[in-house]
Amino acid sequence: MKRLRDFVALLATTLKEIFDENAYARFLARTATPPSAEAYAEFVQERHSAPIRRCC
Amino acid sequence: MTLMRRLLWMGVALFSAAAIGVIALRRGEPINALWLVTAALCTYAIGFRFYSKFIAAKVLLLDDTRATPAERLENGRDFVRTNKWVVFGHHFAAIAGPGPLLGPVLAAQFGYLPGTIWILVGAVLGGCVQDFVILSFSMRRDGKSLCQMAKEEIGKVGGFVSFIAVLSIIIILLSVAALIVVNALKNSPWGTFTIAMTIPIALLMGIYLRTLRPGKVLETSALGFVLVMLAILGGQFVSHHPDLAKMFTLSASQIAVAIIIYGFAASAVPVWLLLAPRDYLSTFVKLGTIMLLAAGILALRPTLQMPAFTRFIDGTGPIFAGKLFPFAFITIACGAISGFHSLIASGTTPKLIARESHARMVGYGGMAAESFVAIMAMIAACTLTPGAYFAINSPAGVVGTAPAEVAATISSWNFPITASDITHLASSVGEESLLNRTGGAPAFALGMAQIFSRALGGERLIAIWYHFAIMFEALFILTVLDAGTRVARFMLQDALGHIWQPLGKTGSYPSILFTSALVVAGWGFFLSQGIRDPLGGMNLLWPIFGIANQLLATVALCVASTIIIKSGLARYAWVTMVPLSWLVAVTFAGSWAKTFDSNPRIGLLAHAAGLASGTISAKAADLPRLIFNDRLDAAVVGMLVIMVALILVESVMEWWRVLSGRKHAVTHEAPYVQAEALGVSS
Repeated sequence: MKRLRDFVALLATTLKEIFDENAYARFLARTATPPSAEAYAEFVQERHSAPIRRCC
Repeated sequence: MTLMRRLLWMGVALFSAAAIGVIALRRGEPINALWLVTAALCTYAIGFRFYSKFIAAKVLLLDDTRATPAERLENGRDFVRTNKWVVFGHHFAAIAGPGPLLGPVLAAQFGYLPGTIWILVGAVLGGCVQDFVILSFSMRRDGKSLCQMAKEEIGKVGGFVSFIAVLSIIIILLSVAALIVVNALKNSPWGTFTIAMTIPIALLMGIYLRTLRPGKVLETSALGFVLVMLAILGGQFVSHHPDLAKMFTLSASQIAVAIIIYGFAASAVPVWLLLAPRDYLSTFVKLGTIMLLAAGILALRPTLQMPAFTRFIDGTGPIFAGKLFPFAFITIACGAISGFHSLIASGTTPKLIARESHARMVGYGGMAAESFVAIMAMIAACTLTPGAYFAINSPAGVVGTAPAEVAATISSWNFPITASDITHLASSVGEESLLNRTGGAPAFALGMAQIFSRALGGERLIAIWYHFAIMFEALFILTVLDAGTRVARFMLQDALGHIWQPLGKTGSYPSILFTSALVVAGWGFFLSQGIRDPLGGMNLLWPIFGIANQLLATVALCVASTIIIKSGLARYAWVTMVPLSWLVAVTFAGSWAKTFDSNPRIGLLAHAAGLASGTISAKAADLPRLIFNDRLDAAVVGMLVIMVALILVESVMEWWRVLSGRKHAVTHEAPYVQAEALGVSS
């Protein structure tokens, strides 16, 4: 049961990483800003300025 | 290794040999897809367990006591220590694009065997190795990019060539991507409506994410997915409605114009509004569909209808002309070895690795997973009857446009199909016609739809499944298109900024509009060539894309070989030099054939000469443009090859200087720093 719980938790973390939810949480912690529409827009702008995110 | 483990691995090896034996030696009778799956999984397992471990221990000298950049430079932004499996998922989601799905579908024209063998051997000895070593070397250099490593380790030419190769690949890739979407959606009101709806859905997602639920990406993506499914059902309604169907029935040129406008707009509007939500939606659908396809193939174990080899290994293939060597190895890039991966492996991923040993699972294992996606695409294409496969994928210039004419031509190749089969096939998926839909996407969609419908819904739901698969591919490809346009725009702004500073300002709107227009004009030019090509465009563009992609892999392997030699490990340089030699042979032979072959279906210059002399017919008004295009394409291929030859020569000279003792080898590895005792585990 514990293994299953661990697996589900790992899967959820992986999905949150792929879908940038973890990165947004880190952004809020790093910039010490509360979650808001403006903070999210700034985060997305910063996140998608990375040169190459997806392959062909 | 314990006795039990030895016996286990011997069993895996025997199982793998047996499965490869069956797929390679069985002739004249259909084989079950499970043999391909078994051969693939066992081959990856052996490659990972033994070869990657050897590389990690002897070549890369991975050391868990050494702090990774994620630990040393942790900043909560790019450098973040992350669990191995999370990085694996992140890396896989980044490298898995449309390439591994479409390349194998196109290469299936040679039969299932050549492509399958290349996918397995190419991945285990080439692609996985490239991704693994570049990831590790980047990780040892604070997450530097391939271009930076090429500049530091080989020389300035290396850095410049990498930059031009990357930009060229992106431009050619985008034109190919756009052409695939055009061919999938032309004269298809259902498909066009569904894909058109993904734009307002993405805008809605962007606004929802920005204003209502900031940061809740998974929730928003799930919501977007539900809306897209409704759009698929709406598409069926549209296709049956006389007025709406007319409105959404667009010709290839009309769809091309719409895509060009979309590409420009997506690159120029704020990223949160369109690009980011589309990227998330596409990733959501992509991961789900890949899982679904794997489950469908494992559960249903379909039978392959395509023979092991077809007559087209002689170079007369209808989908693209050219012999098995080198064209099969250029056509399948992403499932076997893809230079583009080296950009991801030296991009975000090395900054997330918590321990050096994790690079093995992420780099080597991630590529093995991608290669398995290519095997599934091969299976999906080969479960179609060869007659149906060639009817969908062959261009009008080869098989004609009327069902009777197409059926007669394809049946004459010993792949029987009737005009009524062709008509029934199209009507079963709710389309007027499936003929001349080059590019691989519709054939793959039909293969997927047949697999899915066997599990759920049968014939009744095959049209829904087909359009689900088309939506999945087009959404996925258009995401590459908008993100790629934006990336190319950034690169161009960066380069032009050195010439005139205002152009380098990424936030300046005039600069954004100007550089976006340049990029869109670049891929739009190749797209317009593709849609006017009577041979379907893929014959022209896909090999050029494959050559460009493999040339980038050549650059990556040159960088890796140089670092290995400079590290005093020349005795192990064969690890990267073997795939490098193969790629040099493949890409240079492919470039030569594409430029100088005397067959005008292959050689660009022969095609131009044929047009000029009148042996190839074309409208008089189009002649100068067509001849110019052929010569320009030949020049593009020639330019890429010359630049890669330069980097190759520069690398060989550097190896010679180091090995002969004329130069003291200096690598640009970051200094050793002891890792913390407690890092991120697993």
